[in-house]
Amino acid sequence: MNMLSEAAVEKALDKKMNEVAYKMIGKDVSVYYGEKRALFDVNLNVRENTVTALIGPSGCGKSTFLRTLNRMNDTIEGCRVTGKITLDTDDIYDKEIDVVELRARVGMVFQKPNPFPKSIYENIAYGPRIHGLARGKAEMDAIVEASLQRAGLWAEVKDRLHEGGTGLSGGQQQRLCIARAVAVSPEVILMDEPCSALDPIATAKVEELIHELRANYTIVIVTHSMQQAARVSQRTAMFHLGQLVEENDTDKMFTNPDDQRTQDYIMGRFG
Amino acid sequence: MSTPLILLILAIIAIVCYVVGTRHALAIAGGVSSRLHSRPGYYGTFVAICAVLPAAIILAAWLVVSPFYVNSTILGGFPEDVKARSTAEQGLAFGMVSSLARGMDVLTLEEIDSIGADAVALRGALGAKGVPLAGDPEPYMVESAGDLNAMNKISNRLMTALVLIVALIGAGFSYTRISHRFRARNRVEKVILGTLVVASSIAIITTIGIVLSMLTEAGHFFGRVPAWEFFFGTVWDPRFAAAGASASEGQFGLIPLLLGTLYIGLVAMLVAVPVGLFSAIYMSEYASPRLRSVAKPLLEVLAGIPTIVYGFFALTTVGPFLRDLSSSINGIATGDFANFIQAQSVLTAGFVMGIMLIPYVSSLSDDIITAVPRALRDGSLGLGATKSETIKKVVMPAALPGVVGALLMTASRAIGETMIVVLAAGVAARMQLNPFEPMTTVTVKIVSQLTGDLEFTSPQTLVAFALGITLFVITLCLNIYALFIVRKYREQYE
Repeated sequence: MNMLSEAAVEKALDKKMNEVAYKMIGKDVSVYYGEKRALFDVNLNVRENTVTALIGPSGCGKSTFLRTLNRMNDTIEGCRVTGKITLDTDDIYDKEIDVVELRARVGMVFQKPNPFPKSIYENIAYGPRIHGLARGKAEMDAIVEASLQRAGLWAEVKDRLHEGGTGLSGGQQQRLCIARAVAVSPEVILMDEPCSALDPIATAKVEELIHELRANYTIVIVTHSMQQAARVSQRTAMFHLGQLVEENDTDKMFTNPDDQRTQDYIMGRFG
Repeated sequence: MSTPLILLILAIIAIVCYVVGTRHALAIAGGVSSRLHSRPGYYGTFVAICAVLPAAIILAAWLVVSPFYVNSTILGGFPEDVKARSTAEQGLAFGMVSSLARGMDVLTLEEIDSIGADAVALRGALGAKGVPLAGDPEPYMVESAGDLNAMNKISNRLMTALVLIVALIGAGFSYTRISHRFRARNRVEKVILGTLVVASSIAIITTIGIVLSMLTEAGHFFGRVPAWEFFFGTVWDPRFAAAGASASEGQFGLIPLLLGTLYIGLVAMLVAVPVGLFSAIYMSEYASPRLRSVAKPLLEVLAGIPTIVYGFFALTTVGPFLRDLSSSINGIATGDFANFIQAQSVLTAGFVMGIMLIPYVSSLSDDIITAVPRALRDGSLGLGATKSETIKKVVMPAALPGVVGALLMTASRAIGETMIVVLAAGVAARMQLNPFEPMTTVTVKIVSQLTGDLEFTSPQTLVAFALGITLFVITLCLNIYALFIVRKYREQYE
């Protein structure tokens, strides 16, 4: 009886595992820059309310894959994407999909902090304003405050909301950019090496923030630092030479990976 | 020896010095160039420079100074009664002497002998050889001409000898200095640095010279016409400079000219700024690289068209077109086919000048818009903004200070522009606000006051310099302010 119930529990757990909610599904995704092929038939699913880290050596295609998820590659001349990517049930490369709307649902934070040369307030209000998310000043104020709260920046900047966003420190600028992305209430936030231009203390703050954001958002983060991947993510995907080598739970990935190449990369034998 | 021949010899010396110096340096190092402080070529260059540079400087100095000395000696040798005459007459006499001297080089010795002291026959003989004289030479002139030739010959020999000796001394001295540790490279670089400094100071010194000469002439003008009458006068009526008439008869009011300049400039900017900016935005943000690579140079070709050609265009095409258009419009509206736009008008000049300025606006703004970091565009696009929202709300505000600087530079061009307004704006110095009537500008008046037969001491011509310096100060201020803004803007992204 006991044995049986244990088996049942295991089965239930298995079932739960299989019923993982996928937010975005990438199927046979390939990317070409002109003649050059940068990604080879990548199949990678992104789980909901999970931090997924993309790791791999330089030029392996991890940033390219990230940028296919909100079609930022469209802005690059001569870039072509094949395969299928869905957000919930919508094919994001479908002709019916409005790329502007997509990017409001799938926000992005870039490698280098890139606040607009406007005030802190205007930086946050920019997205809500173009998408018409706020009716009146009171609502906009509320959105700005909530976004800055979420990014853990409110206490630091609440007295100088109308000063220039470029006057903040690098770490604050990056959190401002995260707040800016959060302000349009996206479902997914993509982060392209968000800490590579920051010092260790600012990095720690941003990582902490990523932890907290996970409760409300699905996060995909590209990182060069394997420690960072281990610290912030639950799932990790390893890219090499434009191919997805392995995708697994972060814990397993860093202790007992399935693929020899992952092992070698994590041990620092290449990359 | 003639100067070109000396230069040729110096060039040959330089080449020889280079070869010999290089070989000698290599020989000292036993054929292993790495034992030397500098590459062998530097030693060769060093020897060549030491030989040629001082010699060339002496040559240049001699060529400048010796004519003064020779001429003053000849003038001093004139008979006392000639010296008593006015400087202008002495100048004429000296001119005759130098023509004679040139002519006597052409004649053979026998011819000179056969003519002897017959000055009239000399004139005929020279005329036959193609050396015309202004009048019959006086006997003392023939003598002076002989002296002049003799002195020039001596001076030339001295110069040749000195230059060649200095060149050889320089070559020999530098040759002996070549050794393992001798830093030929640093010496050569110092000479190169000196050349660069001289080259860049020429432009600056010339500018200062221009300003000073304008200031002196303008000073003469303000000596005759009070400055406040010029700067605040509202009537431009310089009159003609009649010989013998009392000097400051006309009225020299700057205001009507300045107003015309600013009005035409304003119309030009109204045309150039929107068209130029929009084309810059299209070129930098929307155009495909292929289209851009064709269209951008094409647009910039416009900037290479001489402004006089725009002037023709205004005079023969745009002006008459606007005049006929206005007459048709008037005819349809009121039945009276009188034209209300003059062929020469503020509108014509401003419109054509605006066309001329489009490439400046678009090319400068294009560079500035392209310089806005890609990260800013990505940031905006990543938030779900459309391209035009991104341009309107992020790219243009970021580029604005630079664009304003570019516009100020363009405005200073509009103010200084001459040929278009000379042909298309008219010459009437009037104060009025109707863009369909002719007005005139500062530059037009400078041209009209300085062309034709004129006396350079009357306020009627000197006023041109006062106008010029005013214009110079205005455009200088605009340019400095524009540079200041552009520099401030550059710091943002560094």
